[in-house]
Amino acid sequence: MKTPDGLLYAKTDEWIKLDGKEAVLGITDFAQDQLSDVVYVEFMIDVDDQVTKGDAVATVESVKAASDVNFPASGKIIAINEDLIDAPELLNSDPYEGGWMVKMMIDDPSELEELLEAEAYEAYNEEREG
Amino acid sequence: MFTPHTPQEIVEMLKVIGVDRIEDLFTSVPEKYRFPKLDIADRLSEMEVLAELNEIASANASTDDFISFLGAGAYDHYIPAAVDMLLQRGEFYTAYTPYQPEVSQGTLQSIFEFQSLMTELTGMDVSNASHYDGATAAAEAVNMAFHIFRGKRKKILVSRAVNPQYRETIRTYMQGQENVQIIGDEEGTDFFDENQTFIEKIDNNTAVVVVQYPDFFGRINDYTKLIESAHEKGALVTFVFNPTALGLLKPPGAFDVDIAVGDGQPLGIPLSYGGPYLGIFTTKEKYIRKLAGRLVGETVDDSGNRAYVLTLTAREQHIRREKSTSNICTNQGLMVLAATIYLSVLGKSGFKQVANLCYQKAHYAADQISRLEGYELAFKETPFFHEFVIKTPKPVNQINLHLQNHWILGGYDLSQDYPELDNHMLIAVTEKISRDDIDEFVMALEEVAHD
Repeated sequence: MKTPDGLLYAKTDEWIKLDGKEAVLGITDFAQDQLSDVVYVEFMIDVDDQVTKGDAVATVESVKAASDVNFPASGKIIAINEDLIDAPELLNSDPYEGGWMVKMMIDDPSELEELLEAEAYEAYNEEREG
Repeated sequence: MFTPHTPQEIVEMLKVIGVDRIEDLFTSVPEKYRFPKLDIADRLSEMEVLAELNEIASANASTDDFISFLGAGAYDHYIPAAVDMLLQRGEFYTAYTPYQPEVSQGTLQSIFEFQSLMTELTGMDVSNASHYDGATAAAEAVNMAFHIFRGKRKKILVSRAVNPQYRETIRTYMQGQENVQIIGDEEGTDFFDENQTFIEKIDNNTAVVVVQYPDFFGRINDYTKLIESAHEKGALVTFVFNPTALGLLKPPGAFDVDIAVGDGQPLGIPLSYGGPYLGIFTTKEKYIRKLAGRLVGETVDDSGNRAYVLTLTAREQHIRREKSTSNICTNQGLMVLAATIYLSVLGKSGFKQVANLCYQKAHYAADQISRLEGYELAFKETPFFHEFVIKTPKPVNQINLHLQNHWILGGYDLSQDYPELDNHMLIAVTEKISRDDIDEFVMALEEVAHD
């Protein structure tokens, strides 16, 4: 399972890559593995929407389940990865690059303080897997 | 008599639970309620019961006894004998879409063929495996449109010329959604000129516009401008259609409508005092993920043979749970089959012929009735299919009582739903009605006017 350094991880299995106040968001390798084959991604937000921490980014449908992806922080949406609509399998094959979901401007970076570094997230996953 | 236990078994069971008599099981019920005397007749033999039930049933009037000019959403069409013959084969008996493809290829294939027939009939991209009836299909259409906009567009615009029962069902389905406004059909609203005042109500907050085709009054309205205006504002358009009419009319798909729904009852399903009927639901391919209900797809099995399965099931409530568009996946399996057999037996030309006969006979009837003194064709300026409105010289219920003496079921009394349409009768004419029937109807109408 890949857990690249330099990203921040939520316990709800989203990753976020911060560059100043601009952030890219997606789901982790662990999350895509749990979901198995993703067949559909339905975005719940549009570009320019103001979102609040905890809001749904998208519903991801796999052959096994439908799960919500949630925002780890509040902010404004600046881009949505439209490629996922026609190629949802990118979430499985390339969760950290081609499978990015949204780009946003974070309102308050302090909201991200509760997120985990790569090492802590890996430890958390091991704990969950038992 | 059915006796599940022998006296000896009963004694044994009572012993195990520690009571002496069966009556002891009821001691927690107050004594005076325990064994009440019921005021029911003595027992009858099977033969006697059958005779009594037949006598009660003979008080019912059916369209076998009456010539029917009653429509308003359910229509008395001829059903070829082959429909019932094939329908009643035990192999097809199920109310549900089957989950297990390995044991249900026949049923799945018939549903797949139904879906294919519906897309051909409507010119739409995709059809689901059906809903309960036309009213629930219309409600599912509104619900789907609402979900397509993720609840952000709050306004649902419904024409007053949509079947009143359908409008009521739409309201029932949508009552749990926050701040939804269902407008456009308020009492007093002008339904005589949909294309002007109605269009002005479409705005950027409108999720869907619902119109009927032909409308509840039988009229064939030109919705081209309405659809253009709705799409300009980003709103969806739903047609509630009559499937028989599509044998003659331009299909909903050719108007670029987003959702087309209707009741499949006219396709080989008897009136049966109101049901079971069949809800047809079709839409554009781009909304397939939001489609309510079940969907059967064609695929190949591991030996490369053609096979049928339920498909895109991730939409449904057992995976998406509260996030699914609808939590109703029941379909009308047997009614789907009836419609499929009906359309297959009639074929393309037979189906067109039925539509044409309905049209011609209705126009003959309208022409004859409007020549009578005191009767007048309403909505003269709009073309109609097989249903039309007549202004009558007396209240419609009075006229209908008189018609019953002639073994004629008169038309629908519009004053029930539209106060301003008192003395207005909605008359339906199907291919079952002969010219003699129509002439008799006209004579009886003339008689009642002078009564």
